[in-house]
Amino acid sequence: MTTFIEPSPSAPETGGESPTAAPASASESRLAGKSPHKPKQGLVHGLLTNTKAMVGASILLVFIALALLAPVLFPGDPSRITDMASLEPSAEHWLGTTAKGQDVMALTVHGSRSSLLVGLTVGFASTFVGILVGLASAYFGKFIDEALSLVTNVFLLLPGLPLLVILAAFLPPGLGTVIVVLTITGWAGSARVLRSQALSIRSKDFVAAAVVSGERAGRIMFREILPNMASIVMGTLLGCVIYGIGAQAGLEFLGLGDVSTVSWGNNLFWAGNEGALLTGSWWVFVPSGLCIALVAFSLALINYAVDEVTNPRLRKIKPAKPAAVVVGSTTGRSAAK
Amino acid sequence: MRFILRRLGFYLIAFWASITLNFLLPRFMPGDPVSRMFARTQGKMQPEQLEALRKLLGVDDRPIWEQYADYLHNIVTGNMGVSISRFPTPVTEVIASQIGWTLLLGGTALVIAAVVGNLLGILAAWRRGGAIDSALPPLLIFIGSFPYFWLAMGALYLFGVILGWSPLRHAFSDGLEPGFSWEFISDAGAHLVLPALTIVLVSVGGWMLGMRNTMIATNSEDYITMAEAKGLRPGRIMFRYAARNAMLPSVTSFGMSLGFVVGGALLTEVVFAYPGVGYQLLNAVQGLDYPLMQGLFLTITAAVLLANFLVDILYVRLDPRVRSN
Repeated sequence: MTTFIEPSPSAPETGGESPTAAPASASESRLAGKSPHKPKQGLVHGLLTNTKAMVGASILLVFIALALLAPVLFPGDPSRITDMASLEPSAEHWLGTTAKGQDVMALTVHGSRSSLLVGLTVGFASTFVGILVGLASAYFGKFIDEALSLVTNVFLLLPGLPLLVILAAFLPPGLGTVIVVLTITGWAGSARVLRSQALSIRSKDFVAAAVVSGERAGRIMFREILPNMASIVMGTLLGCVIYGIGAQAGLEFLGLGDVSTVSWGNNLFWAGNEGALLTGSWWVFVPSGLCIALVAFSLALINYAVDEVTNPRLRKIKPAKPAAVVVGSTTGRSAAK
Repeated sequence: MRFILRRLGFYLIAFWASITLNFLLPRFMPGDPVSRMFARTQGKMQPEQLEALRKLLGVDDRPIWEQYADYLHNIVTGNMGVSISRFPTPVTEVIASQIGWTLLLGGTALVIAAVVGNLLGILAAWRRGGAIDSALPPLLIFIGSFPYFWLAMGALYLFGVILGWSPLRHAFSDGLEPGFSWEFISDAGAHLVLPALTIVLVSVGGWMLGMRNTMIATNSEDYITMAEAKGLRPGRIMFRYAARNAMLPSVTSFGMSLGFVVGGALLTEVVFAYPGVGYQLLNAVQGLDYPLMQGLFLTITAAVLLANFLVDILYVRLDPRVRSN
């Protein structure tokens, strides 16, 4: 499944080496020159003027608003039976009804709550674990790095979807289980990306200066190193949220989630279970899948934009030859180590 | 050589970790799987079946270290127990009868996706801002945003139910005897096309973007300028100079995907009711067939690790920097 659900492993990594190398040296030279201006605004400003980012953010905001307003728009239990079974879309039921007679529109809007909640929670949780592991690995090095990298690589190699299925089968069903299981299987990818990024920052002079001046380890990791890899962290977070939403839907579609909640994955599970497609009720099947796709697409757009803004090589204008090019394949080699 | 040994050691540790996970999960989870199963089969289980299951899942009263040693011994000797849902077939036999279909489906899809994706990536990076570079990535990202099983079901509905171009389920038609006859092979091929195409459709984007981004970096290398200055044909520079050096990350992802083929086709197999290990895993989970479930998970993990190890060996051949270390 990794091929299908997880973000492609190479995409965020290939850009990994360059962004910090470039901005760090650029800001240094700027400080030396006459305009001592704000390197921090670069990312935000770049994103605000980036069409991809704005389109992505608007779609995402619409869905968040829908999720928050669901109880107001469609009060009551969305899975209650409201009408005849398998009605086509009409003025009364905008998206028709299911084989049980539930209103598809209400199910879809309410489904966004669970799906977004799980996706965001999983995304933040696995990014957080990834940051902790990656920073500790890079900062302490030596034995700790060896041990943490070993654990990370083992988790990366264990096949994701089968592991998900096995875990979900043994753990008691529930929303908490889904979140825990997805975090267990999802953190390793972000840890590896963040570690390699943190390693390159760890070797910079300002970190050495901080160590010499006796700053505490926690402060160096979170105040010196972390802010300098903000764009990678953001990319990782977006990737993890996409993974969380997709994997939750997949798990629920297989009937391994909490079948009693209303979510996009469960809507699709019931649609499959009730043979919605075989009877031709496409309206039961299309909306939830389309919603997952739109949310994932909006996140991918933002991710793409972050990459574009922070990685000078991927910008539209054909770049002048960079002075020092980090050979792209070094990332591949570090991955194989 | 040291590199290879290090990697081998790592894969052994990873395999040991997955065995241990398999051992610990049923023992530390709340609830007793044996009584769950007993309730489900409504007491129809044979006493010896129940006993074997107890032993496998550790519901006996021996100390845990003894159980663990026993478990490791069984795995190493290839004794994964007896399937419950297909009693009394050994788990290994059930797996052996299905893994071929998974390899066929996943392998076909992976090779097509990797070849097409990398070629598209090379072309896109070579002509920055050209038609392929500007139109395809957003389109592929959009397609890749759909939940895979949803696309697969949609394709099944469109091409199977409405248009009737493709068979609806299974790897070959019902009455057919598996064998090396033309009839069987063409029938199996017809059953393969749609599932494989859906996998290609969603995975080709990742390959393309990965290749494109690496190759953009390679394109700005000095040796490319040098090759241009020498007046080499563009096609030669593109494939023999730029793409060749941008291939390494793709080789790594190919190794990872090769392993994930075995487990990754799970959703495909479920949607198309394709009789591979993923489909079987879900059936085992739904039928609470714990021995089969564990056996399948270990098989899938072993396949992933093996594939990665093979790629590591290949890597030593491809990348001289690994050798010099």
